[in-house]
Amino acid sequence: VTVPAPYYLALSAALFVLGMAGVLVRRSALIVFMSIELMLNAVNLTFVTFARVYGSIDGQLLVFFVLAVAATEVVIGLAIIVDIFRSRATVDIDDADLLRG
Amino acid sequence: VEAVLFAITAACALAGGAGVIAAHQPVHSALALLVVLLSLAVDYLLLGAQFIAVLQVIIYAGAIVVLFVFIIMLLHVRSGEGPGAGAGLPLAVAVALCALFGLGLLAALAGIQAAPAALPAGFGTVQTVGRALFGRYALPFEAASVVLLVGMIGAVALGKRLPASPGVPSGRSEGGR
Repeated sequence: VTVPAPYYLALSAALFVLGMAGVLVRRSALIVFMSIELMLNAVNLTFVTFARVYGSIDGQLLVFFVLAVAATEVVIGLAIIVDIFRSRATVDIDDADLLRG
Repeated sequence: VEAVLFAITAACALAGGAGVIAAHQPVHSALALLVVLLSLAVDYLLLGAQFIAVLQVIIYAGAIVVLFVFIIMLLHVRSGEGPGAGAGLPLAVAVALCALFGLGLLAALAGIQAAPAALPAGFGTVQTVGRALFGRYALPFEAASVVLLVGMIGAVALGKRLPASPGVPSGRSEGGR
């Protein structure tokens, strides 16, 4: 018995909404970052599901590239968080308001 | 078997996702994220994406979560959130927005009624993915390597302590990651 594709899509939508809620509600930069990873994974699940539905390998290759970009993004983002922590001793995103007018 | 496995992994993924955004300590969030990533790896296997499932475990669960845990250890922050409301959105408004968006997303996705196509032989194996990657997708593949290189250089540049900046004590140096 195979699971129909809409179940996977619903799971992916739920994960995306959870990640979105995390970005909107939490203020710790680290947790906001993890929520972004959650959203990226939800999108990846959609890609893999549609690759399975259409029997095409392209969706899986897109996931590969999303993985590469996500890894880079985490490295740069965490480096920025460490830099902010060094200069301000906080990871609260509300405290990083240097560019606010 | 597949349905049972999917139910288990979906429950684990949703519980982990809730754990990521609800945990008080960043370490607990990182562990919940690990649960989500491993459940999704099992889902990828169910969907016939073996190579992607392995990549998910190695890169996400291996490298990225370890990086998160390492940074949490480095910064030794308890929560990072003081008392007071969020940035601009009150909690209720944010949750309502998310629910609205989620319903829209579900409505859009539920309309798709495609029966899974018959799979070609070797779908999702390292061989098939590798052939496509080094054939039709060779240019994006090289671009991805440039992105990774730039990320590496950027992390070193950001992690480097600037010499003798006024007001910043340049005592301990931590170097790049």
